[in-house]
Amino acid sequence: MSSTFDTVANIIAETCDIPRDTIKPESHAIEDLGIDSLDFLDIAFAIDKAFGIKLPLEQWTQEVNDGKATTEQYFVLQNLCTRIDGLVAAKGA
Amino acid sequence: MRIEYFQLIDRIVALDVSAWTIRVEAVVPRESTIFEGHFPGNPLMPGVLLIESMAQTAGWLVIALTRFERMPFLAAIKDAKLRTFVLPGTNLDITAKLLHDGSGYAITKATIAADSKPICDAEITFRVMPFPEKSMRRAMEETAARIGFPMQALADG
Repeated sequence: MSSTFDTVANIIAETCDIPRDTIKPESHAIEDLGIDSLDFLDIAFAIDKAFGIKLPLEQWTQEVNDGKATTEQYFVLQNLCTRIDGLVAAKGA
Repeated sequence: MRIEYFQLIDRIVALDVSAWTIRVEAVVPRESTIFEGHFPGNPLMPGVLLIESMAQTAGWLVIALTRFERMPFLAAIKDAKLRTFVLPGTNLDITAKLLHDGSGYAITKATIAADSKPICDAEITFRVMPFPEKSMRRAMEETAARIGFPMQALADG
Protein backbone atom coordinates (compact mmCIF):
# COMPACT_ATOMS: atom_id res chain seq x y z
CA MET A 1 0.00 0.00 0.00
CA SER A 2 2.85 2.36 0.83
CA SER A 3 4.24 2.40 -2.70
CA THR A 4 0.75 2.85 -4.09
CA PHE A 5 0.20 5.71 -1.69
CA ASP A 6 3.49 7.35 -2.67
CA THR A 7 2.57 7.14 -6.35
CA VAL A 8 -0.92 8.54 -5.76
CA ALA A 9 0.32 11.28 -3.45
CA ASN A 10 2.96 12.32 -5.97
CA ILE A 11 0.32 12.43 -8.71
CA ILE A 12 -1.94 14.61 -6.57
CA ALA A 13 0.93 16.91 -5.62
CA GLU A 14 1.98 17.40 -9.24
CA THR A 15 -1.50 17.58 -10.73
CA CYS A 16 -3.06 19.93 -8.19
CA ASP A 17 0.03 21.81 -7.00
CA ILE A 18 -0.53 20.66 -3.43
CA PRO A 19 2.53 20.41 -1.15
CA ARG A 20 3.48 16.74 -1.01
CA ASP A 21 4.00 16.74 2.75
CA THR A 22 0.39 17.79 3.37
CA ILE A 23 -0.94 14.70 1.60
CA LYS A 24 -1.50 11.90 4.12
CA PRO A 25 -3.06 8.44 3.90
CA GLU A 26 -5.95 9.70 6.00
CA SER A 27 -6.51 12.78 3.79
CA HIS A 28 -9.88 13.06 2.09
CA ALA A 29 -9.20 14.15 -1.47
CA ILE A 30 -12.22 16.42 -1.63
CA GLU A 31 -12.77 17.61 1.92
CA ASP A 32 -9.19 17.86 3.15
CA LEU A 33 -7.24 18.55 -0.03
CA GLY A 34 -9.93 20.61 -1.79
CA ILE A 35 -9.71 18.67 -5.05
CA ASP A 36 -12.73 19.31 -7.25
CA SER A 37 -14.30 16.90 -9.70
CA LEU A 38 -12.51 18.34 -12.73
CA ASP A 39 -9.11 18.14 -11.09
CA PHE A 40 -9.96 14.62 -10.02
CA LEU A 41 -10.35 13.67 -13.69
CA ASP A 42 -6.70 14.61 -14.20
CA ILE A 43 -5.75 12.55 -11.17
CA ALA A 44 -7.82 9.59 -12.38
CA PHE A 45 -6.16 9.82 -15.80
CA ALA A 46 -2.72 9.78 -14.21
CA ILE A 47 -3.65 6.90 -11.88
CA ASP A 48 -5.14 4.90 -14.75
CA LYS A 49 -1.93 5.36 -16.72
CA ALA A 50 0.41 4.70 -13.80
CA PHE A 51 -1.29 1.47 -12.74
CA GLY A 52 -2.74 0.28 -16.04
CA ILE A 53 -6.27 0.24 -14.64
CA LYS A 54 -9.56 2.07 -15.10
CA LEU A 55 -10.85 3.62 -11.90
CA PRO A 56 -14.63 3.01 -11.94
CA LEU A 57 -15.49 6.62 -11.19
CA GLU A 58 -18.97 6.40 -12.65
CA GLN A 59 -19.86 3.44 -10.47
CA TRP A 60 -18.44 5.10 -7.37
CA THR A 61 -20.29 8.34 -8.04
CA GLN A 62 -23.52 6.45 -8.57
CA GLU A 63 -23.10 4.53 -5.34
CA VAL A 64 -22.46 7.74 -3.39
CA ASN A 65 -25.43 9.48 -5.03
CA ASP A 66 -27.65 6.48 -4.24
CA GLY A 67 -26.54 6.50 -0.60
CA LYS A 68 -24.98 3.04 -0.95
CA ALA A 69 -21.50 4.31 -0.17
CA THR A 70 -19.82 7.29 1.41
CA THR A 71 -17.24 9.51 -0.22
CA GLU A 72 -14.82 8.39 2.51
CA GLN A 73 -14.86 4.86 1.11
CA TYR A 74 -13.44 6.05 -2.18
CA PHE A 75 -11.77 9.39 -1.63
CA VAL A 76 -9.85 8.97 1.62
CA LEU A 77 -6.48 8.20 0.12
CA GLN A 78 -5.71 5.01 2.04
CA ASN A 79 -9.09 3.65 0.94
CA LEU A 80 -8.48 4.81 -2.62
CA CYS A 81 -5.09 3.07 -2.60
CA THR A 82 -6.64 -0.16 -1.30
CA ARG A 83 -9.08 -0.07 -4.20
CA ILE A 84 -6.29 0.64 -6.65
CA ASP A 85 -4.39 -2.36 -5.29
CA GLY A 86 -7.52 -4.45 -5.73
CA LEU A 87 -7.93 -3.34 -9.34
CA VAL A 88 -4.29 -4.06 -10.08
CA ALA A 89 -4.60 -7.51 -8.51
CA ALA A 90 -7.79 -8.22 -10.46
CA LYS A 91 -6.03 -7.23 -13.66
CA GLY A 92 -3.25 -9.72 -13.02
CA ALA A 93 -5.58 -12.54 -11.96
CA MET B 1 -19.21 25.53 -41.75
CA ARG B 2 -22.01 27.69 -40.49
CA ILE B 3 -20.07 29.24 -37.71
CA GLU B 4 -22.90 31.42 -36.41
CA TYR B 5 -24.76 28.18 -35.61
CA PHE B 6 -21.71 26.38 -34.24
CA GLN B 7 -21.86 23.98 -37.15
CA LEU B 8 -18.10 23.68 -37.43
CA ILE B 9 -17.81 20.34 -39.20
CA ASP B 10 -18.83 19.86 -42.81
CA ARG B 11 -18.21 16.17 -43.29
CA ILE B 12 -16.71 13.16 -41.55
CA VAL B 13 -14.08 11.81 -43.92
CA ALA B 14 -12.87 8.81 -41.93
CA LEU B 15 -13.77 7.11 -38.69
CA ASP B 16 -11.89 4.14 -37.28
CA VAL B 17 -13.43 2.95 -34.02
CA SER B 18 -10.82 0.25 -33.50
CA ALA B 19 -7.94 2.72 -33.93
CA TRP B 20 -9.80 5.42 -31.95
CA THR B 21 -9.34 8.02 -34.70
CA ILE B 22 -11.49 10.36 -36.73
CA ARG B 23 -10.86 12.80 -39.55
CA VAL B 24 -13.22 15.50 -40.75
CA GLU B 25 -13.17 18.37 -43.20
CA ALA B 26 -14.52 21.86 -42.87
CA VAL B 27 -14.32 24.98 -44.98
CA VAL B 28 -14.19 28.35 -43.31
CA PRO B 29 -16.94 30.44 -44.97
CA ARG B 30 -15.95 33.43 -47.04
CA GLU B 31 -18.59 35.54 -45.38
CA SER B 32 -20.00 35.54 -41.88
CA THR B 33 -21.33 38.07 -39.41
CA ILE B 34 -18.56 36.84 -37.11
CA PHE B 35 -16.03 38.48 -39.42
CA GLU B 36 -17.74 41.84 -39.05
CA GLY B 37 -16.26 41.99 -35.58
CA HIS B 38 -13.27 39.68 -35.94
CA PHE B 39 -11.86 41.88 -37.35
CA PRO B 40 -13.50 44.80 -39.19
CA GLY B 41 -11.93 44.86 -42.65
CA ASN B 42 -9.53 42.03 -41.77
CA PRO B 43 -11.54 38.83 -41.34
CA LEU B 44 -9.87 36.06 -39.35
CA MET B 45 -11.32 32.81 -38.09
CA PRO B 46 -11.46 33.19 -34.28
CA GLY B 47 -9.10 30.87 -32.45
CA VAL B 48 -11.80 29.87 -29.96
CA LEU B 49 -13.86 28.56 -32.87
CA LEU B 50 -10.90 26.58 -34.18
CA ILE B 51 -10.65 25.02 -30.73
CA GLU B 52 -14.40 24.38 -30.78
CA SER B 53 -14.06 22.69 -34.17
CA MET B 54 -11.42 20.36 -32.70
CA ALA B 55 -13.68 19.69 -29.72
CA GLN B 56 -16.59 18.84 -32.03
CA THR B 57 -14.37 16.51 -34.05
CA ALA B 58 -13.10 14.72 -30.95
CA GLY B 59 -16.64 14.72 -29.58
CA TRP B 60 -17.94 12.81 -32.60
CA LEU B 61 -15.23 10.25 -32.04
CA VAL B 62 -16.36 9.78 -28.45
CA ILE B 63 -19.99 9.50 -29.53
CA ALA B 64 -18.96 6.85 -32.05
CA LEU B 65 -17.03 4.88 -29.45
CA THR B 66 -20.04 4.92 -27.12
CA ARG B 67 -22.31 4.03 -30.06
CA PHE B 68 -24.54 7.05 -29.52
CA GLU B 69 -25.24 5.99 -25.93
CA ARG B 70 -23.36 8.85 -24.32
CA MET B 71 -22.72 12.51 -24.86
CA PRO B 72 -19.32 14.16 -24.41
CA PHE B 73 -19.29 17.55 -22.73
CA LEU B 74 -16.24 19.75 -22.99
CA ALA B 75 -14.41 19.82 -19.67
CA ALA B 76 -10.84 20.98 -20.28
CA ILE B 77 -8.51 22.26 -22.98
CA LYS B 78 -4.80 21.79 -22.44
CA ASP B 79 -1.74 22.84 -24.35
CA ALA B 80 -3.78 24.59 -27.02
CA LYS B 81 -1.59 26.09 -29.71
CA LEU B 82 -2.82 28.40 -32.46
CA ARG B 83 0.03 28.41 -34.91
CA THR B 84 -1.10 30.65 -37.72
CA PHE B 85 -3.88 32.91 -38.98
CA VAL B 86 -6.84 31.21 -40.65
CA LEU B 87 -8.54 33.23 -43.37
CA PRO B 88 -12.04 32.91 -44.85
CA GLY B 89 -12.22 30.16 -47.46
CA THR B 90 -9.55 27.97 -45.87
CA ASN B 91 -10.04 24.20 -46.14
CA LEU B 92 -9.47 22.62 -42.75
CA ASP B 93 -8.36 19.04 -42.20
CA ILE B 94 -9.28 18.18 -38.60
CA THR B 95 -8.22 14.97 -36.89
CA ALA B 96 -8.64 13.58 -33.41
CA LYS B 97 -7.64 10.48 -31.53
CA LEU B 98 -8.65 9.10 -28.20
CA LEU B 99 -5.77 8.98 -25.74
CA HIS B 100 -7.67 7.46 -22.83
CA ASP B 101 -11.09 5.95 -22.35
CA GLY B 102 -11.79 6.74 -18.72
CA SER B 103 -14.80 5.97 -16.57
CA GLY B 104 -17.09 8.91 -17.26
CA TYR B 105 -14.42 10.89 -19.04
CA ALA B 106 -12.31 10.81 -22.18
CA ILE B 107 -8.95 12.36 -23.02
CA THR B 108 -8.38 13.21 -26.67
CA LYS B 109 -5.79 14.92 -28.83
CA ALA B 110 -6.92 16.96 -31.83
CA THR B 111 -5.17 18.80 -34.60
CA ILE B 112 -6.07 21.05 -37.52
CA ALA B 113 -4.05 21.33 -40.70
CA ALA B 114 -4.51 23.22 -43.95
CA ASP B 115 -2.52 22.30 -47.05
CA SER B 116 -0.67 19.82 -44.80
CA LYS B 117 0.54 22.67 -42.59
CA PRO B 118 -0.30 22.43 -38.88
CA ILE B 119 -2.64 25.18 -37.74
CA CYS B 120 -3.54 24.26 -34.21
CA ASP B 121 -3.65 21.41 -31.74
CA ALA B 122 -4.78 20.71 -28.20
CA GLU B 123 -5.48 18.02 -25.67
CA ILE B 124 -9.20 17.99 -24.98
CA THR B 125 -10.93 16.39 -22.01
CA PHE B 126 -14.62 15.52 -21.98
CA ARG B 127 -17.00 14.40 -19.32
CA VAL B 128 -18.94 11.54 -20.88
CA MET B 129 -22.41 10.81 -19.60
CA PRO B 130 -25.78 9.53 -20.75
CA PHE B 131 -27.72 11.98 -22.90
CA PRO B 132 -29.60 14.21 -20.44
CA GLU B 133 -32.63 14.29 -22.76
CA LYS B 134 -33.80 12.04 -25.59
CA SER B 135 -34.25 15.15 -27.68
CA MET B 136 -30.52 15.85 -27.45
CA ARG B 137 -29.71 12.40 -28.75
CA ARG B 138 -32.18 12.84 -31.61
CA ALA B 139 -30.61 16.19 -32.47
CA MET B 140 -27.17 14.58 -32.51
CA GLU B 141 -28.42 11.79 -34.75
CA GLU B 142 -29.83 14.39 -37.15
CA THR B 143 -26.53 16.23 -37.15
CA ALA B 144 -24.73 12.92 -37.69
CA ALA B 145 -26.77 12.35 -40.83
CA ARG B 146 -26.01 15.86 -42.07
CA ILE B 147 -22.25 15.46 -41.70
CA GLY B 148 -22.15 11.95 -43.13
CA PHE B 149 -21.49 10.03 -39.94
CA PRO B 150 -20.55 6.52 -41.17
CA MET B 151 -22.92 4.30 -39.22
CA GLN B 152 -21.39 1.29 -40.97
CA ALA B 153 -18.15 1.99 -39.11
CA LEU B 154 -19.94 1.16 -35.86
CA ALA B 155 -21.11 -2.15 -37.24
CA ASP B 156 -17.63 -2.93 -38.55
CA GLY B 157 -15.92 -1.85 -35.33
